[in-house]
Amino acid sequence: MKRFSVEQIRSDFPILKTKMNGKPLIYLDNAATSQKPRQVIETLDNYYENYNANIHRGLYKIAERATEGYSGSKEKVAKFIGADSMREIIYVRNTTEAINTVAISWGDANVKKGDHILITEMEHHSNIVPWMRLAKKKGAVLDYIALDKNKCGLDAQSIGGMLDKRPKVVALTQVSNVLGSINDVKEVTRMAHKTGAVVLVDAAQSVPHMAVDVKQIGCDFLAFSAHKMLGPTGIGVLYGKEDALEDMEPLLSGGDMIKTVHYDSYTWNDLPWKFEAGTSNIADGIAFGTAIDYLNTVGMHNIRAHEKKITKYALDELDGLDGVTTYGYGAKDIEKRGGVIAFAIDGVHPHDVAQIFDSEGIAIRAGHHCAMPLVTERLKQVALSRLSFYLYNRESEVDSAIAAIRKVKKIFKV
Amino acid sequence: MPLDLYAEEIISHYEHPHNKGSMDKPSISVHEYNPTCGDDITIYLDIEQGRIKDVKFSGSGCAISMASASMLTDFIKGKRLEEIEKMGLPAVIELLGIDPGPARLKCATLSLKTVKEAAFMYQHKAVDRNTKEL
Repeated sequence: MKRFSVEQIRSDFPILKTKMNGKPLIYLDNAATSQKPRQVIETLDNYYENYNANIHRGLYKIAERATEGYSGSKEKVAKFIGADSMREIIYVRNTTEAINTVAISWGDANVKKGDHILITEMEHHSNIVPWMRLAKKKGAVLDYIALDKNKCGLDAQSIGGMLDKRPKVVALTQVSNVLGSINDVKEVTRMAHKTGAVVLVDAAQSVPHMAVDVKQIGCDFLAFSAHKMLGPTGIGVLYGKEDALEDMEPLLSGGDMIKTVHYDSYTWNDLPWKFEAGTSNIADGIAFGTAIDYLNTVGMHNIRAHEKKITKYALDELDGLDGVTTYGYGAKDIEKRGGVIAFAIDGVHPHDVAQIFDSEGIAIRAGHHCAMPLVTERLKQVALSRLSFYLYNRESEVDSAIAAIRKVKKIFKV
Repeated sequence: MPLDLYAEEIISHYEHPHNKGSMDKPSISVHEYNPTCGDDITIYLDIEQGRIKDVKFSGSGCAISMASASMLTDFIKGKRLEEIEKMGLPAVIELLGIDPGPARLKCATLSLKTVKEAAFMYQHKAVDRNTKEL
């Protein structure tokens, strides 16, 4: 696609032609999951209708085709994030499973009593709970990099201070799913490596929305989900540096992940298959490859530019409303934030906000966004409403959201 | 969604809740939490001879949970505990004047669930392990 055209993109997404509560669907919950273009849906159909077969062992044509499709999808992912090869691309169910794999497998072998584990105050539960469990199991200490005083980014002094404790592992998000803030994961990785830590980046909110290069970041592990980037649910990626993955025990064992099995011994399969026990999620894996093709055709730089524009527009509109508070960096710092805007309307619970949006055909999220410590203990809110954008959103949809907020204010007389 | 969920009466109960507050020496008090919304409620019952003499609630939450708590606490004053035990979702729908729908069911029924728990605990001196979602 030479020119970025929202209308052309929208024509590829069947769901965007549907209605919700009798109104045209306006989908602004992309941080939760994205919609799927017909190309991805057709890939799923095509696999099941024409070459459904188990991969790797089949000695017949359609099994070969399925194997090629599944491996080919990993090749695409490897290239998409700048990995050395598909040997570094492990398919799991989602970001949560990717982080758990590292926290359990790597953590069990490498974290001991009294060791420090470092995360940040803006993590999603999926990048908190696995580490808290590991710390409890091992008697390790879980530390948090603090938010800066404006509650937008990470506090630079806190990063340095916490790294002085020489943590074994640093796990942080590249883009906050609540604040939208983009963390300088490259710089944190550089600093963390100096102190000998292994670094995991939660890229669930970054890889779908901007060009991400694992080599450029330098991290040891990176996790993200296909369903937030036009792909199907049930496929997620754990990227790991080859050496790190070679040293790591697989989480699950059984079929397909072994090379040999004897009555008294076994040997692991080569990467990446060592980490994928049992029959993989073949159809969704193949369709994920189609999602990557789609994103490449549009261009990640175009997507990022579009999201910056629409996010800035939305921030300007929201900040112009009385009694509405937005969180994270403001419109002037648009370079530092992704297309996620959490907001609160004085005197109205976010669930009531989301329900009134629903009546207008607008899908938004309300709650603690699986970042309960951040929302309740740092932002001091019981819950927040959240708009999140993607490549198919129009500025006119922001206008509809603003109109819905006015309606909320009218109903609640605020 | 049924937009009447935000009918004038519901909004009015949300803005000016009845029976909001706490009680110094309740016969029993029970706290409940709805993790989907973050609705938080404590029910205080003053019970005399198997009858609810007075009731208060404290907490915070969405309009649906707070309005239903306000309406429910009005309704149960003077009722016998056996009557409370028989109450379920239909009673809540009747009070609100509208079916809250599946997405808001937990918000709408949180106060009744808490009242029923309190009534059970008072009568049986034990937690009701069989309490089902309403």
